[in-house]
Amino acid sequence: MKVTVTVRRRPEISDPQGTTVARALRDLGYDEVRKVRVDKEIRLEVEGDDAAAIEARVTEMCEKLLANPVMDDYEVRVEA
Amino acid sequence: MKAAVVVFPGTNCEHDVMWALDVAGSEGELVWHRETDLSEFDGIVLPGGFAHGDYLRTGAIARFSPVMAEVRRFAEAGKPVLGICNGFQILCEAHLLPGALHENRDLNFICRPIHVRVESTNTVLTRAAEPGQVLQIPLNSYEGNYTVAEVDAMDAQVAARYCDADGTVSDATNPNGSVGSIAAIANSAGNVAGIMPHPERAVEEVLGSTDGLVMVRSFVESMEPAHV
Repeated sequence: MKVTVTVRRRPEISDPQGTTVARALRDLGYDEVRKVRVDKEIRLEVEGDDAAAIEARVTEMCEKLLANPVMDDYEVRVEA
Repeated sequence: MKAAVVVFPGTNCEHDVMWALDVAGSEGELVWHRETDLSEFDGIVLPGGFAHGDYLRTGAIARFSPVMAEVRRFAEAGKPVLGICNGFQILCEAHLLPGALHENRDLNFICRPIHVRVESTNTVLTRAAEPGQVLQIPLNSYEGNYTVAEVDAMDAQVAARYCDADGTVSDATNPNGSVGSIAAIANSAGNVAGIMPHPERAVEEVLGSTDGLVMVRSFVESMEPAHV
């Protein structure tokens, strides 16, 4: 099954990349841009067909490796 | 006394550390990251570089290298463990030090001499230094921006803060946005420490500063039996 993991810096942690992209967009004339956050998307193909079990395993992978619980939030989506 | 200087694929400051240990009158030995027995050593240094290409996040993959079981064992046994730059990032990812390091506030790769002020001297990094002592050492990093929840609770563990030449700590003297201007931090026991700038690159006049030597000496002294 295909699984998509989105890793986001927690809102209280600064995102210098997002700030820079926002500035660059405003420099291009997009004055309406108020805030940009840059997230990370990780796409996995995982063996098995039990969506709940896969979600639990991938959540474990997030806790261990894919995200840093000190500064990241994450979201796991198993595709139907 | 001999320190294990761990080499991951992508580590590039291991010879600087070896040289600095020698200048400090001690000895190091390069150890590959797949090593699983460091019992012949008295301390461990994780040098700077880009372990495992810094892929995913700095230190995220290095944390699972086989040698890390020994690093954890040393940490728990109260033996000295020091992470410099990338080594600091690895120790944070391994949860042997609190917090995490991410991109510098201004998204610049910073490579220049900076000043740090010694705070707690109850660490393997600062034991030979004086509280308040100002040291000029080079900073060389992109992900040097330290973050930690409840920074005030960490106060006693802060080993050094970024400052100016007079030792004043302010936003203006904070090169990378680190919370509390923290440049170096230790665990609560003080035997595991991490520092973002490079004391090992400031140990001889020809390098522009000898200020880092007191930190290298601190680590060397920490390997002596009386301190372990």
